[in-house]
Amino acid sequence: MFRIGSYKAGRPVHIVDGCRTPFLKARGKPGPFRASDLAVAAGRALLLRQPFQPEELDEVILGCVIPGPDEANIARVVSLRLGCGKHVPAWAVQRNCGSGMQALDSAATNIASGRSDLVLAGGTEAMSHAPVLLNGAMVGILGEWNGARSIANKIALLCRLRPAHFRPIIGLLHGLTDPVAGLSMGQTAENLAHRFQISRERMDGYAVESHRRLTRAQDAGWLGEIIAIYAEDGTFFDHDEGVRRDNSLSGLARLKPAFDPPFGLVTAGNSAQVTDGAAWMILASDKAVERYGLPVAGKIVDCEWAGVDPRQMGLGPVHAMTQILKRQRLGVEHIDYWEINEAFAAQVLACLEAWQSPEYCRRELGLDFPWAVIDPDRLNVDGGSIAIGHPVGASGARIVLHLLNVLARNHARFGMASLCIGGGQGGAMLIERNEEVSHGT
Amino acid sequence: MGHDQGTYRHWETKQESDGILWLSLNRAEKNTNTLSRDVLDELARLLDDMPRQHPAGLVICSGKPNGFIAGADVAEFSAIVDFSEAMRLVERVHGIFNHLERLPFPTVSLIHGFCLGGGLELALACRFRIAVDAPGTRLGFPEVKLGIHPGFGGTVRLISLISPLTALDLMLSGRSINARQALKIGLVDYAVPERQLIRAALAAIMQNPARRKGRFLRSLSRMRFIRFLLAGHMRRTIAKRAAKKYYPAPYALMDLWERFGGNPSVMYREESRSVANLVTGATAQNLVRIFLLQERMKALGQNGDFSPRFVHVIGGGTMGGDIAAWCALQGLRVTIQDIEHQRLAVAVKRASSLFRKELKDPRLVKDVLDRFVPDLRGDGITRADIVIEAIFEDATAKRKLYQHIEPRMRKEALLATNTSSIPLEELADSLRNPERFVGLHFFNPVAKMQLVEVVRGKSVDAERLNCAMRFVTAIGHLPLPVTSSPGFLINRILMPYLLEAATMEQEGIPAADIDRAAVEFGMPMGPILLADSVGLDICLSVARILAGHFKTEVPKRLESLVAMGSLGKKSGRGFYAYGKGKPVSSGKKTGSYTIGDLADRLIMRLLNEAVGCRREGIVADGDLLDAGAVFGIGFAPFRGGPIHYIRTEGVEVLHARLETLEQRYGSRFAADPGWRELPAQKANQGFARMQE
Repeated sequence: MFRIGSYKAGRPVHIVDGCRTPFLKARGKPGPFRASDLAVAAGRALLLRQPFQPEELDEVILGCVIPGPDEANIARVVSLRLGCGKHVPAWAVQRNCGSGMQALDSAATNIASGRSDLVLAGGTEAMSHAPVLLNGAMVGILGEWNGARSIANKIALLCRLRPAHFRPIIGLLHGLTDPVAGLSMGQTAENLAHRFQISRERMDGYAVESHRRLTRAQDAGWLGEIIAIYAEDGTFFDHDEGVRRDNSLSGLARLKPAFDPPFGLVTAGNSAQVTDGAAWMILASDKAVERYGLPVAGKIVDCEWAGVDPRQMGLGPVHAMTQILKRQRLGVEHIDYWEINEAFAAQVLACLEAWQSPEYCRRELGLDFPWAVIDPDRLNVDGGSIAIGHPVGASGARIVLHLLNVLARNHARFGMASLCIGGGQGGAMLIERNEEVSHGT
Repeated sequence: MGHDQGTYRHWETKQESDGILWLSLNRAEKNTNTLSRDVLDELARLLDDMPRQHPAGLVICSGKPNGFIAGADVAEFSAIVDFSEAMRLVERVHGIFNHLERLPFPTVSLIHGFCLGGGLELALACRFRIAVDAPGTRLGFPEVKLGIHPGFGGTVRLISLISPLTALDLMLSGRSINARQALKIGLVDYAVPERQLIRAALAAIMQNPARRKGRFLRSLSRMRFIRFLLAGHMRRTIAKRAAKKYYPAPYALMDLWERFGGNPSVMYREESRSVANLVTGATAQNLVRIFLLQERMKALGQNGDFSPRFVHVIGGGTMGGDIAAWCALQGLRVTIQDIEHQRLAVAVKRASSLFRKELKDPRLVKDVLDRFVPDLRGDGITRADIVIEAIFEDATAKRKLYQHIEPRMRKEALLATNTSSIPLEELADSLRNPERFVGLHFFNPVAKMQLVEVVRGKSVDAERLNCAMRFVTAIGHLPLPVTSSPGFLINRILMPYLLEAATMEQEGIPAADIDRAAVEFGMPMGPILLADSVGLDICLSVARILAGHFKTEVPKRLESLVAMGSLGKKSGRGFYAYGKGKPVSSGKKTGSYTIGDLADRLIMRLLNEAVGCRREGIVADGDLLDAGAVFGIGFAPFRGGPIHYIRTEGVEVLHARLETLEQRYGSRFAADPGWRELPAQKANQGFARMQE
């Protein structure tokens, strides 16, 4: 039904270039960069090295889950700040943790359909800047205050104030809670751990490995997609800050359950870190590749989104990846490298359990046979969000960007990037590396 | 009596059906509105004719996009050397503005862009002033910078309109303010966006609101005793910035206000007298000369159509970082390259503090920071219209760098070096396209020092040199074309002066006395303090390079201080010891000398070197040399520059003084052959000043 090499039976979608900021650990107060600052810092470095002018882009698409109050349609804010000019349209997309990948999919879809030829797409998130809000009762009082005509009215209003009025709403906690299921993301991971019998030791072991792999990648210089960013106060950042080089099982074992006390298993140590960061890619049609002589690193072959039970949202990748493989008539053996975003160690491990469980594959995916085992040495080979951090709007773009680098490093062909999405969804993207980086003529 | 509208060359008039008369100044054959004699004559005729039209109100505005009125016509008024002629001109303008002020219907000035000096005085004669609230709107009285004070009734009207202290501060500092600030102090009645301008004008005329009520201080200051107290205090503040004998204008303004501030009609008359006096004095004549030379340098950067948008700076040190930051602040897109993240991070920090200081509004600061891009990989090279190299002074390193970057540059792009000491030919020989290679020698601090030496090597193409000068003007600086000779102009004339100071200090003369001598001559800062601020290591290296070329001696004292690690302010000790960044004065007067003797030694060496530079043709002529000395080293501006100073003092007189110094101190005072080429007669004040 679909040809490999085309995107959803449309025109091919080429990956030209990409880069990202280092992912910066949130330290309990707003970090040095807002979401738009991060996207601008990475985007201007990326655009600077292109043979075309920023004004020549057809559009800018940016994923972001919680933009700042002055960042409405953050994509347009960023596009203008990048010097793309007033004529380049820009739009923001929001599919929770899938936002960054959604931006790539939207860009690819527009290129495939012929609407666009050259698109800057990615994701950004400054989780440390998530807003703290006034609660409804307080907002009511403030509203009445504005309407109060006399001093007596105002005094009466002041007398009604109670400590509860001053209790803030922490935007980040609400953002990471499923309002339908009434569960925090961590609790959905607890559900998966329970369902697939995943022990605390396995989760912690997985987390230690994630940190070990990121450490190795940093030392080997395998994170070439990172560009340094500079804060106004004269500090600079050139690597992911979440990595814990001295991480150990015994250290992780001491942590308390973060979401489900007192007997939960998911801790801060085996979950993705709250982080700020941005990632971009430049996607192009044949026409744009030819016109500007763009280097082609690879292409986006396919993308799929799937819905699952919000209470077990972590299984989303299994469903999304299954649909792509079936549609492209590929097997596990055809995929050289995998990225499954590490929202939680328990969630990645549960995905792998479901992936090879005959019962799950039959009942939930309608497959006669379970999928073959994904080789752990080909999955998240340079660590994942547990070590790197998970700026929710950006991670979807980060994993695709990094996967392409992994394919290049290993001279491999196909890569599958996938992630779970709060609210009960999964997203997956299949990419193919060009054997040799070819240039348009 | 009546005149057709067609007889007005500079003013356009139009009467709307509502009876409001619109008067728009659009000075013929000029880009900028100034109040020339012609313009004023026409205004006088227009005012005479006006009653016949029975207007409901009058609106005065400008037909120029760049602003309202920039002031009096500087070239015109500075040509007046005769007191009574000056008096006649000023009193005539007083008559016109009084007429405007007394019109029996509401009058409004609509102000956009600059509204300065005489332009603001005209606006003050209207009943209302409405300014466009936009970044380009600037109101102020810059007269003091030209050695005079407002003279078209501005002193009287401003003081009676707003708080006298604010008024005096505006006129004494010469600073300009934006529309919102003008609204805040009561200088304008409305500050509105351009889209509301006409509605605001109509509202002012229709509603004709009452003028602001007198404020407490304004009524107090009608008492002579109060003015006496305030003026005394303000004179002491002025004295810290400008000496009375060299800069009489601020003192004249204080006298005017103190003596006549209580009586407007007398004050108008005395203002004319005071300003006519100043205009014809030496200080104003010389300051105007410098102003006109500044205009000449600006004009050097107007040839061709090169309009740089993207600058790549290599070298993130103080100079490179500051050049890059300044360019970004002036609206260009900038990439700055260095080999270390840490150095780029420091450059970002310095830049953002400059942006915050200059722009204040966080949104604008963010905007400039977005355009200031640290670029470790040098990706900007392929984009830049101009690449400026500002790495350390090493010819081999620079040549190696050029080999690397030249192939990546656009073929139309300029390549510039900020070298202060390496001859351009030495760097150009390895280039593929030496015809696009120029020197752009910036001075520290870049944000304050407007002058940039544009260095012409042998291989450069004349068209490319124009591009370089256009670039300098595009970032709001002043291009001074110089030949590629060691030290170019500025370091060349500065160094003998600094070295003489070091020699004097070595002889045991206290540093503070040496500095005092220079400051009393009119230099902004003494040479010893200047050397300490620049850094003695830097001074020594420049001195050695120049000594190699010109066979001068480097004082031992300078070498030994550097050897001891006393590098000046930055190391806490140089010639002076520094406590909390300020020099701690030490040393007592030894031997017999007067401050005047000290100044002679310092200044004569500078003048002698300047004469040498003129002879060698380092700059095109003596006027440009003077401009360079004033804007590059702060040579006493009221003296009009070194060459002009020699001519006003008398070539013979100074030459003789030089011979005396040679007998006493040796061959470093030997007169340059160039003295013989200087015209022997004394330059007149006034017209002769632009002869060269």
